[in-house]
Amino acid sequence: MTSTENIAQGIILLGAILLIVTYLTWLERKFAARLQSRIGPYWVGRPHGWLQPIADALKLLIKEDITPSKSDRFLFNLAPVWVVVTSLLGFAFLPLTASWVLVNIDLGLLYFSAIGSLIVIGIFIAGWASNNKYALISALRAAAQVVAYEVPLLLSLLVPAVFAGSLDFQDIIRAQDGHWFILFPVVGQISFLTFLLAALAEGNRIPFDLSEAESELVAGFNVEYSGMKFAYFYLAEYVHLLAASLLVSILFLGGPLGPFFSGGVWVAIKTLLVFLGVLWIRWSFLRVRIDQLMMLNWKVLTPLTLVNLLLAGLWVSLNG
Amino acid sequence: MEERVIEREFGEFALNMGPQHPSTHGVFRLELHLRGETVVKVIPHIGYLHRGVEKLSETLDYDILPPVYERDDYLSPTANSLAFVLAVEKLAGIEVPKRASYLRVLVAELQRVTSHLVWLGTFGLDLGGALGGGSTLFLYCFREREKILDLLEALTGTRFHTNMNQIGGVRYDVYASFDGDLSQTIGYLKKRISEYKDMLENNPVFLKRTKGVGVVRPELAKEVGASGPVLRGSGVAYDIRKNKPYSDYTEFEFRIPVGRNGDAYDRYRVRLEEMFESLSIIHQVMEGLPEGPIHSRKPVKIALLLKPPKGEAYAAVESPRGELGVFIVSDGSSKPYRVKVRSPSFSNIALIPYILPGHLIADAVAILGSLDPVFGDVDR
Repeated sequence: MTSTENIAQGIILLGAILLIVTYLTWLERKFAARLQSRIGPYWVGRPHGWLQPIADALKLLIKEDITPSKSDRFLFNLAPVWVVVTSLLGFAFLPLTASWVLVNIDLGLLYFSAIGSLIVIGIFIAGWASNNKYALISALRAAAQVVAYEVPLLLSLLVPAVFAGSLDFQDIIRAQDGHWFILFPVVGQISFLTFLLAALAEGNRIPFDLSEAESELVAGFNVEYSGMKFAYFYLAEYVHLLAASLLVSILFLGGPLGPFFSGGVWVAIKTLLVFLGVLWIRWSFLRVRIDQLMMLNWKVLTPLTLVNLLLAGLWVSLNG
Repeated sequence: MEERVIEREFGEFALNMGPQHPSTHGVFRLELHLRGETVVKVIPHIGYLHRGVEKLSETLDYDILPPVYERDDYLSPTANSLAFVLAVEKLAGIEVPKRASYLRVLVAELQRVTSHLVWLGTFGLDLGGALGGGSTLFLYCFREREKILDLLEALTGTRFHTNMNQIGGVRYDVYASFDGDLSQTIGYLKKRISEYKDMLENNPVFLKRTKGVGVVRPELAKEVGASGPVLRGSGVAYDIRKNKPYSDYTEFEFRIPVGRNGDAYDRYRVRLEEMFESLSIIHQVMEGLPEGPIHSRKPVKIALLLKPPKGEAYAAVESPRGELGVFIVSDGSSKPYRVKVRSPSFSNIALIPYILPGHLIADAVAILGSLDPVFGDVDR
């Protein structure tokens, strides 16, 4: 593959992700509306407001770009760019079909998790640079939360890697031929659930969206942001969530493998189902408190994932 | 307003929560002194919604005042006007026909249910945020509330500020098919509210966020003059409807739900049980609605100027938030000489400086929500 081809593919992938994410917001609004016995977007583009995401994006684009006078201008403008770029970078290493991946390296899983944890730096910068008390509290919360949840996240990610004996996504997918990792008794399911919980905490989703927490911290780290800069944070959140759903479908649900045929369609279906599950959680749970969140991490998830990883290792060494 | 730097101890972080904040339930400012995320000191600031209703009353005739009072506590309008008309009736010695009393109870209890539904929904928002599970609860509660508002609209022509209570009686009588509409609504509400009860009481996040949070000891509650579900949540069975009955409440059978620990969860339980009790009272009202006139004074288009004799009177009702009392001094003219409203929310939020310290910011929001303040009622 030549580098020009690679760049072209990258641009297409970028465009596709942005478009998909835009429409995921529409999906979420419709889904939440059904859950709450409302109708949701309806009038902007019949039927069912299919133009709504475009209208939202346009509205945010033409809004006035405000930088608070007492903020740190450079960092304030850097933060939105940082979160979007770091959240998009992860997609380069994720395989979208059995054979196609933008950057094929044999340490894909490691690289992905390294990139994925960079986003919190952007959130922290945003909270600090805004020079707002709510934003500052939120930034500190985000830092504490993401750093803490990195541990169970990685530990549960390692279980599929141990099963497959590789950090390469392709190998992990190939190893799931016949039995997906979620079907491994106990170990697979625990790893799946802990990963999902930790990913929710990483992605600042309810019930762990403590850094946004609009009932306490108004809007948290993005309280001073408006217009397109705000949209960047929103975009980053959804890209992050999409990446997490995609990762779940690849690591635990067999990725492109499926009954009848194999291919990108299965990846899309599984990712969408995981995404809908996350939405379902979001729109039916209340928010936990920061001390309860930390307690859950250090006293439950971290020991559980450690033991789980040990069991996975034992299982592999006994059967291998 | 002059600018003032918040004085604080070294190492403390002063956070102004409000007057514009999503969970201060109106315009209310909490000056939070934080250490980390823990509240060490709190100074509440009120008065942002002061509309001078008491002073305004001195310039208006008695007969046109009940609608003004309905705007006081904007979640339970009839409780306000009921307290006012009861005080005036006591002052002027006006008898109220039985049917009117029953209809007053009917509307008051219907609005108690709407008020508690709004409270439950906004409590969900406090705990879960407007972009999550909390808003689902909020919208469900508002959907059920809408059923009652439809009923009130059919009964009085107004969805919310019903203008039902007049001095000497009520303005509207029930229509022919009201009984059927009402029992249908009651059945629907009972089913739905039980569903939410199951949903919340089996939800580990809800239990974790409310149990043991914002404990109000009964002595403290009495000391600051708290009343209503806040007082009853602490285990004190004090309800004006039972202890100092008005408007024929003695003729209905109902329980007073009380809590045990005085935490946010108990306050939630008390309000939830009260909704069922209110629905039962409404049912009893319709069962035993006596025949007769609904007004003891001659109903006229232009209000006859009511001139109560010199003197003073106090009447209190159990509003959804607690003891709502109106004290009137009359100088014998057609306008009150002085009116003082004893509002339950004002006394209830006096608990805040005592119970917030030691809790986290998230709990501060939950506790404030569990006290159910209405700032129209606090500031008047």
